Amino acid sequence: MIPPISRLLARHLLKGPHTVPGPAPSADGLAELVDEFATQARGRLGRSLAIREVDAGSCNGCELELHAANNPVYDLERFGIKFVASPRHADVLLVTGPVSHNMAEALKRTWEATPAPKWVVAMGDCAFDGGCFAGSYAVAGGVSAVLPVDLHIKGCPPSPKDILSGLLALLEHVR
Amino acid sequence: MLGNVTLLDFLSIGREVPGHKPWPRFQLDLPGWRSFEDRLAAADWVLLAEWAEPNEVHAAFRDEQTGDIAVVSHPCLNHRFVALGKRRPGAIRMERAIHDLYGLAPQGIADQRPWLDHGRWKVKHPLGSPRAYDGGPQPYKFRAAEGDGLHQIPVGPVHAGIIEPGHFRFHAQGETVVRLEERLGYVHKGIEGLVQGKPIADAARIVSRTSGDSTVAYALAFAQAVEAAARIEAPPRAQYLRVLMAELERIANHLFDIGAICNDAAFALMLSHLGVQRERVLQANAACFGHRLLMDRVVPGGVAADLTDEGRAALREMLHRVSKGFRRALHLYEETPSLLDRTTGTGVVSGSLVHRFGAGGYVGRASSRGHDARKVPGYAPYADLDFEIPVRAEGDVHSRILIRAEEIHQSLSLIDQILARMPAGPLTVPLPTRAGEGLGIVEGFRGEVVVWVRVSEAGKVVRLHPHDPSWFQWPLLEAAIEGNIVADFPLINKSFNCSYSGHDL
Repeated sequence: MIPPISRLLARHLLKGPHTVPGPAPSADGLAELVDEFATQARGRLGRSLAIREVDAGSCNGCELELHAANNPVYDLERFGIKFVASPRHADVLLVTGPVSHNMAEALKRTWEATPAPKWVVAMGDCAFDGGCFAGSYAVAGGVSAVLPVDLHIKGCPPSPKDILSGLLALLEHVR
Repeated sequence: MLGNVTLLDFLSIGREVPGHKPWPRFQLDLPGWRSFEDRLAAADWVLLAEWAEPNEVHAAFRDEQTGDIAVVSHPCLNHRFVALGKRRPGAIRMERAIHDLYGLAPQGIADQRPWLDHGRWKVKHPLGSPRAYDGGPQPYKFRAAEGDGLHQIPVGPVHAGIIEPGHFRFHAQGETVVRLEERLGYVHKGIEGLVQGKPIADAARIVSRTSGDSTVAYALAFAQAVEAAARIEAPPRAQYLRVLMAELERIANHLFDIGAICNDAAFALMLSHLGVQRERVLQANAACFGHRLLMDRVVPGGVAADLTDEGRAALREMLHRVSKGFRRALHLYEETPSLLDRTTGTGVVSGSLVHRFGAGGYVGRASSRGHDARKVPGYAPYADLDFEIPVRAEGDVHSRILIRAEEIHQSLSLIDQILARMPAGPLTVPLPTRAGEGLGIVEGFRGEVVVWVRVSEAGKVVRLHPHDPSWFQWPLLEAAIEGNIVADFPLINKSFNCSYSGHDL
């Protein structure tokens, strides 16, 4: 019997990957970045960006779309963008959620553990200004209330394409 | 005499609160509440949710014999109440949370540690009688385990993957976990406080973000509760579209989670293959209803998006491809012994624990508790559709995977039936501004989502409580890991996939 894993692998070898072409860097994201990154060293990271994701109170919708951005259809890693397990390995902190007070210290400590140069990307409407959770006794109301933010990716949640083009914009300028 | 007194018979000692729909609500005074708590020792009444307001605690129960549902309320004197946690251990964390949020102290449970309150809100009892607090965070006393060669492993709140935050404290001897204790509450956003005084539409937006992966389930439970309070029903076409979205949500989550469990056993191919299948579902969602996760598409009064003929064709095409793709993946799973070796016999939860905690969803169904809210109490239009609830008895990671796989098959067939039978007609009915209270119960992919709401004369939300099935599943994860090796924790945890956000509120 041919084991099913061989069939599956053979099918993909013959039919090619599911991956779709990547979008162009977004104009919005670029505009926001130009000021921030023009003075930053380019070429320091090459086409390699290590991201540490921190959920700071998200409803987990943003996490679902981040996972989707990693699936074979969008395949974030082909651009050299990689999610890492430790802030010590990261160039970028990607933060979701309105920043609950219960997570604020953990977020700050994660940021402090990230070696410089480092950038902070706030993903989703909550991370921008608290979104529909703004005004609660339990949230700080957006990542910029706690950390300096370099790039916002808006949406509730942003689609994998939005994430991809936002991060590509980051990559273009970090390079 | 502990004979066959039904829940409703028993509660007739209390005062029925007018205007609570579709199930009654009874207020019990102190002796009544005490004897109710006493009766729980023997009665087969399942706790569905427990919540509070500044001077009253509420608990929703279902009588397993008759299927009747009722809300039991108890006005608290002196900010104290007799806890239900002694009889229903699943209530303990909810009662600790009630103390944190409302300042009502549960009497009779040993665990009096704060739960959602980490001392970081600058306020104590924010939803009861708030008072300013500036004492800062206090150390949390984890339960100890003692013995030779034991060591602790603290994990979180920031984890290694793209997942939600929470803290796990392991006591291990070598590789074997002796005790796991969870500490949650990190993503507490104060949802119950935020929705107070909000118009229905604004509250719907917040409630449907209680747990993003169950957004349809929450939006639907909230819509059911609001519609019950307003004594209206969504039109038939809207009811069909709602459950269509609910089943799409179920399939998308199960597909990805099965892949992710296998990925945690270092079998990445399943994750990429099932990630593609999930992506097909999400792209169909976006094409048919305009949002990949279907957020804000179920609204009180009906639905916010219709299904066109092109949408219907796209769905059929997607169903065909996903069911083929999923069949291949399942075959791969079942024919890979090295993978089965990791999942079989790992993270076992006993049937007795599942029943004691009233845990639902695949966690319950993999350990012989076959409850499903689509059947009992049931809601339209599931009574007109054919489907079965899979149940297994082994209670390990493998059987949770197989339960989810079977649920995918059932949901694919349900969508087929829904598309074939969907009636024509309007998508919404206007929502009358009328005071009332309502309860909504929906089977999300994880289990039973319960939403309770009180609406004012002006049509605003006075009080609201969203209950996540994870409340009854998180404690069982602590039991499932006992005696397993640390390296199997990710696998076991993912096979539960409890919601942090839905639990932390």
